Amino acid sequence: MRLVTAVIKPHKLDDVKTALEAFGVQGMTVSEASGYGRQRGHTEVYRGAEYTVDLVPKVRLEVLIDDVDASDVVDVIVKSASTGRIGDGKVWSAAVDDVVRVRTGERGLDAL
Amino acid sequence: MVNTGDTAWVLTSAALVLLMTPGLALFYGGMVRAKSVLNMMMMSFGALALISVLWVLYGYSMAFGDDVGLGLVGDPAQFAGLAGLMEDVTAEGGLPPMAFVAFQCVFAIITVALISGAVADRARFGTWMVFAGIWATVVYFPVAHWVFDFSVDDHVGGWIANGLGALDFAGGTAVHINAGAAGLALAIVLGRRRGFASEPMRPHNLPLVMIGAGLLWFGWFGFNAGSALAANNTAAVAFVNTLVATGAAALGWLLTERIRDGHATSLGAASGVVAGLVAITPACNAVSPVGAIGLGAAAGALCALAVGLKYRFGYDDSLDVVGVHLVGGLVGTIGIGFIATSAAPAGVDGLLYGGGADQLWRQVVGAVAVGAFSFVVTLVIGAVLARTIGFRVDTEHELSGIDQVVHAESGYDFGSLGGAGGFRPVPAHQSAATEEVSA
Repeated sequence: MRLVTAVIKPHKLDDVKTALEAFGVQGMTVSEASGYGRQRGHTEVYRGAEYTVDLVPKVRLEVLIDDVDASDVVDVIVKSASTGRIGDGKVWSAAVDDVVRVRTGERGLDAL
Repeated sequence: MVNTGDTAWVLTSAALVLLMTPGLALFYGGMVRAKSVLNMMMMSFGALALISVLWVLYGYSMAFGDDVGLGLVGDPAQFAGLAGLMEDVTAEGGLPPMAFVAFQCVFAIITVALISGAVADRARFGTWMVFAGIWATVVYFPVAHWVFDFSVDDHVGGWIANGLGALDFAGGTAVHINAGAAGLALAIVLGRRRGFASEPMRPHNLPLVMIGAGLLWFGWFGFNAGSALAANNTAAVAFVNTLVATGAAALGWLLTERIRDGHATSLGAASGVVAGLVAITPACNAVSPVGAIGLGAAAGALCALAVGLKYRFGYDDSLDVVGVHLVGGLVGTIGIGFIATSAAPAGVDGLLYGGGADQLWRQVVGAVAVGAFSFVVTLVIGAVLARTIGFRVDTEHELSGIDQVVHAESGYDFGSLGGAGGFRPVPAHQSAATEEVSA
């Protein structure tokens, strides 16, 4: 099993969620995040003084998935989250040792 | 029988002006960071609480009692506790004294509250309250006497209103130059916030700022049109001038920003509104509506340029009390000397209307006198408080947030987790003390 994590632009969440549902992903965890990459932040102006805002709002999306689907899920996210402009975010996947469904106690692939 | 129309309007105006101080609390509160929003708003509410009491006890008497000499201050004992003002002694067709007491009280409150913008994020609340009481007593009450107390019959008033003859209809000198100069002095006494001009100190809630500016504008109709002390033509002229100068000032500020920074900002619109209101305050019965547009536009543009000065000179006037109230007050007060027209209710011509420099020099003297007096006395009060009971919170508390340390509260709880933790109906240190007593 793998944990696919994506940090994307907040307004792309709906597109990514729809694409993942179409692919057959059964669930996900979404949280608000802030950060920066190569795009850095942006500037704001208050009463003539310029403020650089480094941390921009992002959405962090996490999906637990079977090993065989992991690279496809990454591709689905990359495709649906892309605007082609700087600041689109990153997607990565990492190995997961064990998963348990809290309600039933099922483990491993059965818990996905 | 009192004049019921006038009485109704003045009492209504007093309520409108009272609303300006909670409006100011929103205006200021939105401009600070989330960790000090409550402290910022509490400085305004503290002024509401304290100054209303002081006004009744002796403030009204210091401002509007018979002059004790040279037009400097009224007799504090004459109307102490508002003695003698409850009887209906109103002349036929006049205004009850208590209506005037109420109307002038809310001016004293907001003048004190305005100063708090200069010391955001770092002032001890207890010291602020002590300062507010002393400042009102030593600075505001006397200056209100100078500017607002006109001599009538055998009553002798203040020197600016009667001797000098500077025009200040609703408080360009007594309220705005006064508060602006005091703000500058207090910002110097307290020193800069940690991280001033290097760390970002973004306004945390601009919608609050805009609601506050809207409430200020609304209340300001009571401030200016109410200053006619009658429901009459002067009130109506003041009302329209207040409306249009404010619109022009917001335009002036936004255009200045658009040209200089590339963006017209919401904070600029809110600030322009306040700058225009400040500038038209002394002049709203002395200029034409077109003159009011010119005055407002000038105030909007000049204040937009002036708010950057604090970075050049290195004083941390956190929310630009100087840039908006001192500069806007000067624009309005001195502007009267140029664009007053005898067609307006005040009946005086300024320099540009062929009146020569006669009114202009009176305006300059009035503005400089109030500004200098307020600045010097505030420096002394502030310095004494800073060296005795201390004016600033600890650095660590300033950095972590003044709300939690000074008020034991948080302004916001947005997260679904809340703060987690526990709850007890009686604070721990009290219940522990009770247990010791019973044991």
